[in-house]
This record gives sequence, structure tokens and C-alpha cells, in this order.
Amino acid sequence: MPAQVITVTSGKGGVGKTTAVANLAVALASNGSKVVCIDGDIGLRNLDVILGLENRIVYDIVDVIEGRCRLKQAMIKDKKLPNLHLIPAAQTRDKNAVSASDMNRLVKDLRSECDFVLIDSPAGIERGFKNAIAPADRVLVVTNPEVSAVRDADRVIGILEAEDKGPGALIINRLNPILVKKQDMLSADDVLDLLAVELIGIVPEDEGVLVGSNRGMPVSADPKSRAGQAFRNIARRLKGEEVPFLDLDSGVSLWERIQKLAGRK
Amino acid sequence: MSFFDKLFGRKNSADSAKERLQLVLIHDRTDLTPAELESLRDDLVATISRHVEIDVTAMQFGVEHDGRSQRLVADIPIKNAARRRASRKSRAK
Repeated sequence: MPAQVITVTSGKGGVGKTTAVANLAVALASNGSKVVCIDGDIGLRNLDVILGLENRIVYDIVDVIEGRCRLKQAMIKDKKLPNLHLIPAAQTRDKNAVSASDMNRLVKDLRSECDFVLIDSPAGIERGFKNAIAPADRVLVVTNPEVSAVRDADRVIGILEAEDKGPGALIINRLNPILVKKQDMLSADDVLDLLAVELIGIVPEDEGVLVGSNRGMPVSADPKSRAGQAFRNIARRLKGEEVPFLDLDSGVSLWERIQKLAGRK
Repeated sequence: MSFFDKLFGRKNSADSAKERLQLVLIHDRTDLTPAELESLRDDLVATISRHVEIDVTAMQFGVEHDGRSQRLVADIPIKNAARRRASRKSRAK
């Protein structure tokens, strides 16, 4: 079966696109799917460090496009997860080194090679973003429950509709259940009400995500992590499974519950 | 939300965020600024008033959203014809 091509984007920077791509890639690959990730952020290469593959880069995406190497040579295989491959971004070039038709051609060659192609889009709605969504079968929009991230997500969803890429599916990342309870953070329902798109996952705020990035080991490989669980669930939904959404309240620790009962929080 | 916010009846911040976003998103999606909306409203009132007498103080006008599509909603009360005739008569006297 040809691969499903999924682009992860957000509009606003820093909401967790790259972390989402890394975690979904690890979750899908651990589950037996063959995954190729493409870092679409030319000039601001990052997916390699999040995946812990930064020391293995020889060729990058621009080398493939400009014919300096074959596609296979630019695909770095993860030694821990042999099903997972990365095509890194070029670091010393800018987004003008790649066009939408370059991306389409590259991804077309990958379709027969794997089950999932995950493309990490740069922030913004400029050329890099347009390149990243060009070959996508499906677009995931990452947002945080926060005014500027939701507004930018709405812009991106509008552009996706205008470009006939479907409305996209939403990942609400870094939701803090305690702040939502205190009514100082937009709830997942609020965000869905505002954006009116399909929801594919809610990822709770979790220190483990940072720790995982520090080590180059995405948290979805950690069976105990709540955020990891949320990403694993999104991966299963991408495969077409029906998975209920996490009950985020049970993720609130006992100590936090006691504090809440005592009216401290 | 702190105890003092509750004490003084201040709205919680999530509600403010949602209300503000609702307005911002309507303007982003329609490309209509509040000033443009105001001038559209005035044009509408002027046009309708040429045909029928309306109650401008009681009219409602704005953009509502239904999923991802926006619609312009106007609720414009027409002044009762009998009353209009009566007021014209009293003016004529």
C-alpha cells in the first residue's frame, strides 16, 4: 500500500510541531510501520536533534533535490528503531533552495518505500509552509490553548481550505488540566468551538517532553509518560483506529489534588 | 482565577480569551474590520429606510459563525404602519 503523507504545521512557532513529528514518528515506527520523516525547515534544522540523529548526517534534502546524492543516501536510519528514517533539512541554505514541485517529486519517490511520510513544516505561512503542505494527503495543525496560537491556527486552517488540502486535523498541545480547572486556560472544548475542525489529539503539558528532547529520545517511547501516551494514541488514530481521548484529570497528581482540595491552587 | 477575582466578580481569564478570540477570528476570516462593519450597517439602514420606516435603536446587526462559515445577521424591527399613520396625523395637526 502506498504511504500516507502527513504534514505537521501550526502557523505560530514554538507550539511543538517538531516534537509532535518526532513523537508520532517514534510511535508509528515502534508499532511496526515504516516511517520517513522530512525536516522541511530549511536553514533551521531541528528534527535531527529531537530524534537524536544529529551526528549521523552526511547528506540533506537539498543535496537530494540538487542531485548530489541519491534519495536513499540522505535517509538516516535510526539504530534504535530501524523502521524510522530521517531526511534532514539543509542548514546552510534557505527556503528558496526548495520548491513545491521538488517536494512533490521527492515524496512521490518515497510513497512506495514506506507506510508514512511525516513532514515537519516551518512556522509561518510563507514558501516553506507551502512547500511542506504541497505533497500532503493529510495536514495536522498543532496549537496550544493560548490566544496567539489559536488565532494563527485559524489562519492556517483557512489557507488549507483555500488550497483544497481539507480543513486539517487539530492537535491541542501543552494543555494544562490544572489551569483549565482554574478557568485560566482555554479548554479543549473552547479551542474546538473556536476553530471548528476535527480533533485528532490532546497532549497534556509534560516535563518529560523536554527531558526527551534533551536526550534525543522522544517521550512517546516512554510507556509511563502521559504526553507519550497521547502521542501514541494520535499515531493509532492516523492508522485508522478509534481511540478514546485521554481523561486528563486522572493525570493530575495526588499532591496537586490535595492542594486543590485545600484551596491552594 | 484567584480568590480576589471571584470576590470582586471578575471574569475568569479563559472566558476573556474565548470572547476576545471569537471577535478576532470573525474579523480575520471575513477581512472586515469593526469600522467597515459599522459603515456596512449604516449603509444598510439608509437603504432600508428609503422603503420602510425602521426602529434603528432596537436593531441587531453582526457577524455570527456557524462552524467555519460566517454569516451576516441583521434583525431589523419595522415600525408598525398603524402607529406610523397615527404619528403622521398627529404631526399634521
